[in-house]
Amino acid sequence: MSGPAGQKGSIVGDYRVSHLDALEAESVFVFREVVAEFDRPVLLFSGGKDSIVMLHLALKAFAPAPVPFPVMHVDTGHNFAEVMDYRDRKVAELGLSLVVASVEEGLASGLVSEQPDGVRNRIQTPVLLDAVEKHRFDALFGGARRDEEKARAKERMFSFRDEFGQWDPKNQRPELWSLYNSRVHAGESIRVFPLSNWTELDIWHYIAREKIDLPSIYFAHDREVVERDGMLYGVTEHLQPRDGEAVRVERVRYRTVGDATCTAAVASDAVTVEAVIADVASTRITERGATRGDDRVSEAAMEDRKREGYF
Amino acid sequence: METVTEPTELLRFATAGSVDDGKSTLIGRLLYDTKTLFDDQLAAVEAVSSARGDDYTDLALLTDGLRAEREQGITIDVAYRYFATPRRKFIIADTPGHIQYTRNMVTGASTADLALILVDARKGLVEQSRRHAFLCSLLRVPHMVLVVNKMDLVDYSQEVFERIAAEFTAFATKLDVPDLTILPVSALRGDNVVERSPNLSWFEGPSLLHHLERVHIASDRNLVDVRFPVQYVIRPQSNKYRDYRGYAGQVASGVLKPGDEVMVLPSGFTTTIASISTADGEVAEAYPPMSVTVRLTDELDVSRGDLICRPNNRPVAAQDVDAMICWMDEKTPLQRGRKYAIKHTTRSARTIVKELQYRLDINTLHRDEAPDGLALNEIGRVRLRTTVPLLCDEYRRNRSTGGFIVIDEATNRTVGAGIIVEAG
Repeated sequence: MSGPAGQKGSIVGDYRVSHLDALEAESVFVFREVVAEFDRPVLLFSGGKDSIVMLHLALKAFAPAPVPFPVMHVDTGHNFAEVMDYRDRKVAELGLSLVVASVEEGLASGLVSEQPDGVRNRIQTPVLLDAVEKHRFDALFGGARRDEEKARAKERMFSFRDEFGQWDPKNQRPELWSLYNSRVHAGESIRVFPLSNWTELDIWHYIAREKIDLPSIYFAHDREVVERDGMLYGVTEHLQPRDGEAVRVERVRYRTVGDATCTAAVASDAVTVEAVIADVASTRITERGATRGDDRVSEAAMEDRKREGYF
Repeated sequence: METVTEPTELLRFATAGSVDDGKSTLIGRLLYDTKTLFDDQLAAVEAVSSARGDDYTDLALLTDGLRAEREQGITIDVAYRYFATPRRKFIIADTPGHIQYTRNMVTGASTADLALILVDARKGLVEQSRRHAFLCSLLRVPHMVLVVNKMDLVDYSQEVFERIAAEFTAFATKLDVPDLTILPVSALRGDNVVERSPNLSWFEGPSLLHHLERVHIASDRNLVDVRFPVQYVIRPQSNKYRDYRGYAGQVASGVLKPGDEVMVLPSGFTTTIASISTADGEVAEAYPPMSVTVRLTDELDVSRGDLICRPNNRPVAAQDVDAMICWMDEKTPLQRGRKYAIKHTTRSARTIVKELQYRLDINTLHRDEAPDGLALNEIGRVRLRTTVPLLCDEYRRNRSTGGFIVIDEATNRTVGAGIIVEAG
């Protein structure tokens, strides 16, 4: 699948629109619809490529006005330094208002407690929901894509959450045409996924086309890693080698960015966006399957976390 | 690997049929043969398949997403899948065949360029095939493909295929089906799915993927009637853009150009388009499905829910609307005299059901006059009165300005989908 990138604003023929332009138009429509119909939207920003693309689309949707909602980072405390730098740089550059929902603070206040394995993926959900309640956010933009995982293939563009932030797959609203139902009662909310119809490859083609800059960990670099469960984990202050694990230096890049204790790197020589696209186009393993320890727990791991209010 | 220099097009298609027809196997085959399927997905399916004692890899497992579905062996909901070839990117709305079929089928068909209906060659057309075809025609899906599957189980018989094709063609003439293609395949063996097959050498048509890659969809859009529902007003309120007012929205139909004389509804004021832009700069033309920002020459009071059109080609502004409604709520039926909220383009209104004229039996197309109500998955014709005028066209002329959703004001659930038949 080489080369379906499409030049910006390109017309395939008479009044035809390239697939990236069609996806962009759909996402922009969704952003505008939410801002028109909700009181307090917020964009979930992890510093990962999907949330970066989402922010880029939000900028385009409201130009020349600024992005009319804040961004929220659910901070597990287990961050990649490069990603935090990126986040702070973007927030300053675009004059965004940043809300940090801190797992560290949640631990300190007793809202959540540390899991035996030290992974904070699951305990970030109550922290997120607490921040949503505190700020009375009624619409949360998330960067999830339907191609990522089986449970997400059935996710709506506007995904209804009850007052406990829970997702009930059997109680989702039918979505017809581009008519999204944004009515909620007080305390209920909608998760909005403007990238629903994008695939990993679409994201990368779009990053290339729009020249979107990314945190450096998305490109090949030398890093100290340990091999665990067949995956390469970067050694950080939060992830130390266990007994019998040898630390070695590998040339790697990250396909996804999440909590540093459960996000693995992949071996790669790709130092440019174009090289990453070639990598992605030829890879034979899904991005979550290759890099997310948290999704490997069970066949229904993602479904269970979504029900609890995970994004 | 084939490369193309031109950008790819997007094609959305809905699939209908039950697991027994081999629908999931067909989708699995398309994903597998276009190398969309990943090794870890395949390994997971192989593991489940062999644990169950299947003697082949059940590609159908790929599409069973939720735990409840795996446990009950059924599909609950519309699932979206993606694959791409160098020519096109495809979005599949995979709708389950058996339960809540109408609601899901209507949902999947509402955005589809093409509908793919599967039948088992051994069984031929069944009630469900006719129902699916009817729903696709009701939702005005521009292209229909009847896939006669399991040809391997009828010895690739040309006679069997042609009998089914003739029967379906005869049925389709009674419906509104602008473009019909009928293809023989074996999803399990891969015959005529991606590549043409020597087993079907008598068949002179294309393979399924060949057809999906080349079916002409660019003319499906309505490029004649200018309809631009205003979605959001952009007012930067900064010194640099002190007097800026941009009307943001997605072009529903027609082609807009700077300099065009336009009318804003419902006010009826006329003005001209000063400029059309995206964040990347000004554009010379805007057409579906572009999301743009339109600026007008005159300062008018325009807000969300208004619609920009040409003075000599306007939608109807109607408070009395005749519509076909597909009911989607399991809890309460649609009833005459009840009030609901509706959303139509970017406009919200309240409505009362003045009349419930008939309920349609979608298997026989028989009209059941003066029914009590419409229950889940039932379709009927209603007359509605709305609180504010809807700026609408007949659905058959315009899918964007002819469709609406019905919302229960107490529960906020989306309870129905409506198609405007007549307004005035």
